[in-house]
Amino acid sequence: MTDQTTKASLPAQSPPVEPPPAPAGQRQSPANWFKGDGAEPLRRNLGLIGVLVILVIIGAATRPELYGDATWVKNNTFTILQQASAIGVVTVGMTFVIIGGGIDLSVGAIIAVAGVWSTTLATQSYGTMGMIFTALVVGVAVGLINGVLISYGRLVPFIATLAMMVAARGVAAQISGKQTQVSANTTINDIASTRFLGIPLLVYILALVVAAGWVLLNRTTFGRRTVAVGGNPEAARLAGINVKFHTVLLYALSGLCCGIAAVMLTSQATSAQAAMANLYELDAIAAAIIGGTLLSGGRGTIIGALFGVLVFSTITNLFAINNLSTEAQNMVKGAIIVAAVLVQQFRYKSLTQLLGRTKS
Amino acid sequence: MTAPEPARDDRPTDRPATDTPTSGNPTAATASPAKNTPAGSSAAGSTPGASTPAGSTATGSTATGSGSAASNGTAAADGQRERDGIGEVVLRLDGVVKTFPGVRALDGVQLEVRAGEVHCLLGQNGAGKSTLIKVLAGVHHADEGSISWLGEPFAPASPQAAMRAGIATIYQELDLVDDLSVAENAFLGHEESRGGFLRRRSTAARTKQILARLGHDHISPRRLVRSLPAAGKQIVSMARALSHDARLIVMDEPSAVLAHDEVENLFRIIRELTAQGIAVIYISHRLEEIRDIGDRVTVLKDGRTTAANLPARSTPTRELVSRMTGRTIEYVFPPREVKTGTTPLLQVEGLSREGEFADASLTVKAGEIVGIAGLVGSGRSELLETIFGARPADSGTVTLNGKRITSIGGAVRAGMGMAPEERKSQALLLDEPIYRNMTLATFSGYARGGFTDVGKERAAAEETAEALELRPRDVSRAVRTLSGGNQQKVVVGRWLLGGTKLLLLDEPTRGVDVGARAELYQVIADLAARGVGVLLVSSEVPEVLGLADRVLVMREGHLIHEAPASEIDEATVLDLVMAGSLMEGEPA
Repeated sequence: MTDQTTKASLPAQSPPVEPPPAPAGQRQSPANWFKGDGAEPLRRNLGLIGVLVILVIIGAATRPELYGDATWVKNNTFTILQQASAIGVVTVGMTFVIIGGGIDLSVGAIIAVAGVWSTTLATQSYGTMGMIFTALVVGVAVGLINGVLISYGRLVPFIATLAMMVAARGVAAQISGKQTQVSANTTINDIASTRFLGIPLLVYILALVVAAGWVLLNRTTFGRRTVAVGGNPEAARLAGINVKFHTVLLYALSGLCCGIAAVMLTSQATSAQAAMANLYELDAIAAAIIGGTLLSGGRGTIIGALFGVLVFSTITNLFAINNLSTEAQNMVKGAIIVAAVLVQQFRYKSLTQLLGRTKS
Repeated sequence: MTAPEPARDDRPTDRPATDTPTSGNPTAATASPAKNTPAGSSAAGSTPGASTPAGSTATGSTATGSGSAASNGTAAADGQRERDGIGEVVLRLDGVVKTFPGVRALDGVQLEVRAGEVHCLLGQNGAGKSTLIKVLAGVHHADEGSISWLGEPFAPASPQAAMRAGIATIYQELDLVDDLSVAENAFLGHEESRGGFLRRRSTAARTKQILARLGHDHISPRRLVRSLPAAGKQIVSMARALSHDARLIVMDEPSAVLAHDEVENLFRIIRELTAQGIAVIYISHRLEEIRDIGDRVTVLKDGRTTAANLPARSTPTRELVSRMTGRTIEYVFPPREVKTGTTPLLQVEGLSREGEFADASLTVKAGEIVGIAGLVGSGRSELLETIFGARPADSGTVTLNGKRITSIGGAVRAGMGMAPEERKSQALLLDEPIYRNMTLATFSGYARGGFTDVGKERAAAEETAEALELRPRDVSRAVRTLSGGNQQKVVVGRWLLGGTKLLLLDEPTRGVDVGARAELYQVIADLAARGVGVLLVSSEVPEVLGLADRVLVMREGHLIHEAPASEIDEATVLDLVMAGSLMEGEPA
């Protein structure tokens, strides 16, 4: 048996910077990043895909005359995606924060500050790049404050970001003087209306952020640390990971996503105001959760979060085309959140039971 | 309903071992329980005086296990001479068996507890003491054997049921709610209420009464438990036990968290409780305490009663220790050639942390295994974590290969690795695959430009899994699905991958079955053979002696003894650890 020879010696020790060379076939190049578990996110989110299909069927059943028109269906799909774009970007950042064991209640407020700050007359005078730069920097800066308060000030994430949610809205109102600030920058304003190959630019931005988020979570050391920090902070700490610093980075990442979303929303409305992105924090958390992210941290997927966002914007669209009230819409959304979490719990439970059986 | 002063007069604290003749009628002592028992349990509490000591002794010796019948005969006689005032048998366990998957935690336990006595349970870690008290407390249910409580078969379905029956347990980890008041904690789970509204005033009054009974009426019932010191919290735990009118109080190492003078106070309270006819099962590793407070001793080893009803004061330490040692479980330690380096790899000098350990100095050479023996709470785990940089030291230095270690990051970079005591909560991501757990400390090393290389990681993890004989070998399995021993191998494998020069192991075989233990021992020996220094902490003395080249003994935060493993035996270590009197000569 080969067992005997391998047993005799432990693997050669080598410093972590120079790991033992792996067999050539197992080397991973960027080309096969998406191999292997490529279908896995789809399988895992079958439930949400099912919900999406059902929602479309309901739409087609209630408004058959609209769904008969191919052009309308195409445009309506883009409408749904466009509505999902800004909240989708925020949800990607939120998913990282939640997987890392935290929560960010201040995302809507960060968008407001970033949006308002980037549309002041002074900022607008620096041109398109100045405005985008300002939005992103403000977003990251507020996220950093959140992270530092939580990591080094030892505030509970809920409290720290709740305080930031209140305070940042105040800052936004102060900067704007409670006025709606109109964007005179046509480049910014055109982002929302531009289409490339027939698809709105905002949808490309969403796709880009989701793809980047997926790679960051699944293929980088940053993502690995995020799962470790959220899944078992003590184990991560004892493995030499700087848990506090990593937590700061997670909130900064969420802030960056808010900055991007601020630009997208400013473009859609061609203006910014202190009340913009109202309740985005709740929509983003809900989307992440129904997408399979564990609120206690350590587990979650970007693709699932994207489907969560799409389910919500499809519901909104479904109610809009049927001219139904937002009240009824909110009731349905609430029911969907509960149902999704119940289904997940059930699935996780049966999975662990299965694993328990194979163990014994 | 006040503290029973007259009873104390009959029971001087310094009782000579043979002062009371067997025939003496313990009038005063047995009368006091009836007088002082609270109204709630008066019916049962007044019975102790009825049974004669001679009669109950006879039952005691026949009830004990056949395996140790010879010693029990003399033990029971001695116990009778020991003191009077012990009432009838309230609790009797016969052949109690409790198995968990892979472990026979209790394997035929005999125990007999009488009203008004302090019955000490003695045994090494893993002897089954904790399981036994959990069976009594209704947490676990016995698989076989009989338990009788107050003459009736007893099988509590839940902790509440055990409490209602009159058995209260004070756990080592006090189970109090910090943000509730003393009174609320005492009556937690059986609050006094009317129509759903708490009767705060009467609860407070009753708590006050109980505290007075415990001699602590200066503690306000409205005070938050958080603000109490450890000794005060213990009083609250006892108040909770009494709030149920407990007739038996089980105390799991109550003195472990107490300072010396607080222990005296604890003993005073225990004496008052027993004078009221309440039975106490007292678990402690400190022999001097057992001699001070105990009446009779039952010794457990590997889930079996090896000696029952030994007199607490007069049984020689040698006999107690011999009943606790001599394993039936085979420890298979790999033979190994010790080739240690000449210069110390790890150097710890004067390391201290307030309230945990003081002035600890030690060295570990490359290829050497150094073992620290000590009880839970002796500061050994804290010492290990401080060496690793996980706790900041108050004073003292840690150097590895000449590099000062002050943080975990620094320790890991310098080549230190640690397998902590609580594997699941401190070391593993249970839902993540094996290979990701193995590379947790090193995955950056497999990455290029921040992008991880799963292929490389897997290959390295597979190689390590093979070397460690990990089962199952499939490194994409979630760690949750592995057995305890294999989970520990994953943790060790993590540091192997990192090129660790010094490995700190805290209770490496806790929760690991016997077969997997031998494999872990082999892994540790292999590591040392390759020049890795190992610093090992274990409560299992044979493990320390069998694995280590050099043994350090830790007690109450101090490293009190150092010797080559070949020059020290289990009994000596155990005696040092328990602060017994083996060195000071035997009691008469």
